[in-house]
Amino acid sequence: MSELARLTAITKSFGGVRALRGVDLDLRAGEVHALIGENGAGKSTLMRVLGGEMVPSSGEIRIDGERVDFRNPRAARAHGIAIIHQELALAPDLSVAENIFLGELSPVISWGDLRARARALIDRLGFDIDPGRSVGSLAVAHQQVVEIAKALSRKLKIIVFDEPTAVLSTQDAERLHAIIAKLRDEGVGVIYISHRLEEVLSLADRVTVMKDGEVVGTKAAADLTIDEAIRMMVGRPLAALFPEKGPRAIGETRLEARALCAGRLVRNVGFSVRAGEIVGLGGLVGAGRSEVARAIFGADRLESGTIALNGQTVKLRSPKDAVAAGICLLPEDRKLHGVVLDAPIRVNATMARLSAVVNAFGFLKNALERRLVADLGASLKLKAASMEAPVSSLSGGNQQKVVLAKWFHAGGDVIILDEPTRGVDVGAKSEIYGIVFRLAEAGKGVLIISSEHQELFGLCDRVLVMGEGELRGELLPPDYSEENLLSLAISRRSAKPKAA
Amino acid sequence: MTAVTEPIAQEKRKFDFSAFLQRFGTLGIFVALVIAASLWSPSFLTAPNLLNVLRQVASSAGIMAVGMLFVILTRGIDLSVGSVASLGCVLSAYFIAFSGYGVATSVVLVILSGAACGLVTGGFVAYLGLPSFVMSLAMMAIARGLSLIISAGRPIPIGDAGDALSAFGSGFFLGLPQPVILMFGVFAVGGIVLNFTRFGRLIKAIGSNEEAVRLSGIAVPRYVLAVYVISGALAAVAGIISTSRTGVGSAQVGVGAELNVIAAVVIGGASLMGGRGGVINTLLGALVMGMIANIMNLAGVPGYHQQVYMGLIIIIAMLIQYGAGSLRR
Repeated sequence: MSELARLTAITKSFGGVRALRGVDLDLRAGEVHALIGENGAGKSTLMRVLGGEMVPSSGEIRIDGERVDFRNPRAARAHGIAIIHQELALAPDLSVAENIFLGELSPVISWGDLRARARALIDRLGFDIDPGRSVGSLAVAHQQVVEIAKALSRKLKIIVFDEPTAVLSTQDAERLHAIIAKLRDEGVGVIYISHRLEEVLSLADRVTVMKDGEVVGTKAAADLTIDEAIRMMVGRPLAALFPEKGPRAIGETRLEARALCAGRLVRNVGFSVRAGEIVGLGGLVGAGRSEVARAIFGADRLESGTIALNGQTVKLRSPKDAVAAGICLLPEDRKLHGVVLDAPIRVNATMARLSAVVNAFGFLKNALERRLVADLGASLKLKAASMEAPVSSLSGGNQQKVVLAKWFHAGGDVIILDEPTRGVDVGAKSEIYGIVFRLAEAGKGVLIISSEHQELFGLCDRVLVMGEGELRGELLPPDYSEENLLSLAISRRSAKPKAA
Repeated sequence: MTAVTEPIAQEKRKFDFSAFLQRFGTLGIFVALVIAASLWSPSFLTAPNLLNVLRQVASSAGIMAVGMLFVILTRGIDLSVGSVASLGCVLSAYFIAFSGYGVATSVVLVILSGAACGLVTGGFVAYLGLPSFVMSLAMMAIARGLSLIISAGRPIPIGDAGDALSAFGSGFFLGLPQPVILMFGVFAVGGIVLNFTRFGRLIKAIGSNEEAVRLSGIAVPRYVLAVYVISGALAAVAGIISTSRTGVGSAQVGVGAELNVIAAVVIGGASLMGGRGGVINTLLGALVMGMIANIMNLAGVPGYHQQVYMGLIIIIAMLIQYGAGSLRR
C-alpha cells in the first residue's frame, strides 16, 4: 500500500497548554486508520492540523511524499483531504444538493443538473435522500451522509471521521461502516476517531493511541485487545484514579424529584439523593440524563412533577431560583455553559454568589474577593499563573476546577455534576474525584452524570440508569458492571423505575 | 503537573502585540491625530478650538457613547439613540415652553421619557429575546415619529422660561463649558459603574457568555433591560444638551447620530461581539471622531466630502485596532 500522508513531529500550543507534543502519524491508501485516546488527548487537534483548520506550531506534513504547508482548509481540500466533524458543517436552510456543491456553485445554477449529480453521489453511498430537501429537516444520520457526499463530490484522497457514530443509532452506525469499507476499497485513506473500542477494532486496519498530546503507539488492529487499548489510553489501571472510599455519614434526603416530565427526554423521572450520598446517573448518550439535570436546575421548563429540597417542595422556574434554593449544576458543556472564558478566574469563581463580595451599594469588595478566591484556588489545587488569568488560558481540568470553585463559593446543599471529567487529563481527573468525595463528606447531596461508566462505579454509592427519557433501574455496588448497566439502559420494556 | 504550569509562565513573559493594540490602540490613534492636526493647522492646538471640539463631542456622540458602550458590552446594539435624543430635545423645549413645569422638573421628565424608550426596546430584547438590532430600529422610527408629531415638524423655541437651561448650555465651570463637564461626569460615573460594581462586572460577563451567566443563577434579563434604559436616558440627556445650546427643540437633531456613536465606541476598541470595551477608550474614540470633523472643518473640506473621509478614516482606525491582531494567525 502506498503512503498517502505522513505527519512528522507535529506540535501545537494554545496559550499555556501544549495540545500536541511532537506527534508522528502515517496513513496509507486503502486503509482505515483509527485514532483513539481519551478526551483531550489531542486527536481532534491533530486532525484540524491535517485539515488546514489550524496551523501547527512546528512539524511537517507530507502528502504523497510532497511537503505541504496548509494555511487554511481550502489548501487541504485541494489536496483531497476532507474532514467530517462531529458538529456537521452544513447550511441547514439550503437543500441537500446545494450543500453538497456549495463550494463550486456556478454563477447561474442549473437545478436539474445539480440535483441529478447530488442524487448520483448519494446513490453511490447506498442511501435514498431527496436532493431537494433542506438539510435541516433531515435526521442527523442523513446529514452525515450529505457531508460525506460533499467530500466525495471533490477529489478525495483522505477522509477523516471525528466520532461519527456518537450521534447515530446502531443501525445507522452499521450503514456508515459499510460506506467506510467502500471508500477504503476504492483506495481512499480513512482516519477514524472514535471512543467505541469494539467498533474501532472491528473496522480499523491499524490503530494509533494518543495520550496527553503524544502518540503512545501504533498497532495493527488484529494485534490489539480492548483491555490493551484502554491501558495504552489511560496509562495506568483505571481503579488507581479513585480515592479510597471512606465511610461517609448518609443523612436526610437532600433532593427529591417526583415524576418529572420535561420534553421528550424526561419522562416521569423520580429519585432522591441524600446528604453525603453520591448518586450516579448512567445511560447512553441521548438518554436524557443532562435534560434531567437541566430540568431540576430550572434551566429547562418542567412540564409536571415536583422537586423537594431538604423535605420542602420548591418551585424552581429559573437557574436563579435553583441557585437561591441551594442547587448547583456543573454543566456538560464547560466552555459554552460553565465558564465565561474571557473573564478572569476571580470573576468566574464568585459569580454565583456575588452578594458575598459586594457592599450595600453594589460596589465590589476587591480585597475580600481576592482573598476568598485565592483560598478557593488553593483548596482545589487550581493551577494558574494567577487568579487574574482568563479562564481560556487554563487546561480543561483547571477550567473545570473554576466551575467547581464557583459552586463551592455559592455553597448549595445539592450539586449536580454533568460529565465533570470530560476533556480533562488523567491527573486532574483524579483530583476532581477527590473534590467530589469532599463535597459528599461535607454533607451535600451529589448527583453525577457520566458516560464513563467506570467513573460512576468508582465514585457512586448507587447508579440510576436512564434510557429514552425514563429511569430504567438502579444498580448497587455489588451489581456494578458495564453489562448490567448497558442491559438496563437498552432494555426496551423494563420493569417500572424503582423509586429510590 | 509541571508540564502544564511551566508553559504558562513562559507565555506570560512573551509580549502580546494584539492585546497591546487592543489596550492602547485608541490612545495611539488619538495621539497621532493630535500631532498630525497640530502640524497641519496652527489653529488646531489653540484653547478656543480645543474647547470647541470638546463642546461638539459633548453635545453629539459623547454622552450617548457611554450608554452605547454598555449595550455593546452585552452584545447588543441600540440604533435608537439619535431618535431618542431628538425626542429629548423636542420634549425638553415642549415642557419648558408650554407646560410651565419649570426647567428642573422638565429635565427629569425628559430623562424619564428617554428611559421609557429604553425600557420598551430593552424589555422586548431582554424578556422576549428579540434581536436588539431590529427592536432598536423600530424604536428609532417610533421616537423620531413622536418628536415630529410633538413638534409638528417645526422648531420649538424654549423662550424666557428656559433661560436657566440656556445658561447651562453656554456657561463655563472651571474654564470648561458646562456640557463638557457633564460629559466628563457621565464618563466618570460610567467608568466607576463598569469597573467597581456588580452591575458592570455582570454586563461584561453577559456579553462574553450569556448562558454561563444565566446558569450561574443570575437574572440576566434584568441586566440586559437596564443597559437599554441607561442608553435611552443618556440619549435624552444628549437631546437636552442640544436644546440648552441652541435654545430650540428640533426633531431634526441627532439624525444619523447612532452611527457616529457606534463608531466612537468601536474606535474605542469595544467588540461588537460583546464583553470587551472600556470607558476611557470610548471617550478617546468619541474625541477622535470629534477631532476628525474639526480638522476637516479647519482644512476647509466641503461638508459632503467630509462624510466620505469620515468613513475612510474609520476604516483606517479599525485596521489599526484589529488588523495587526487578526492578520497574524
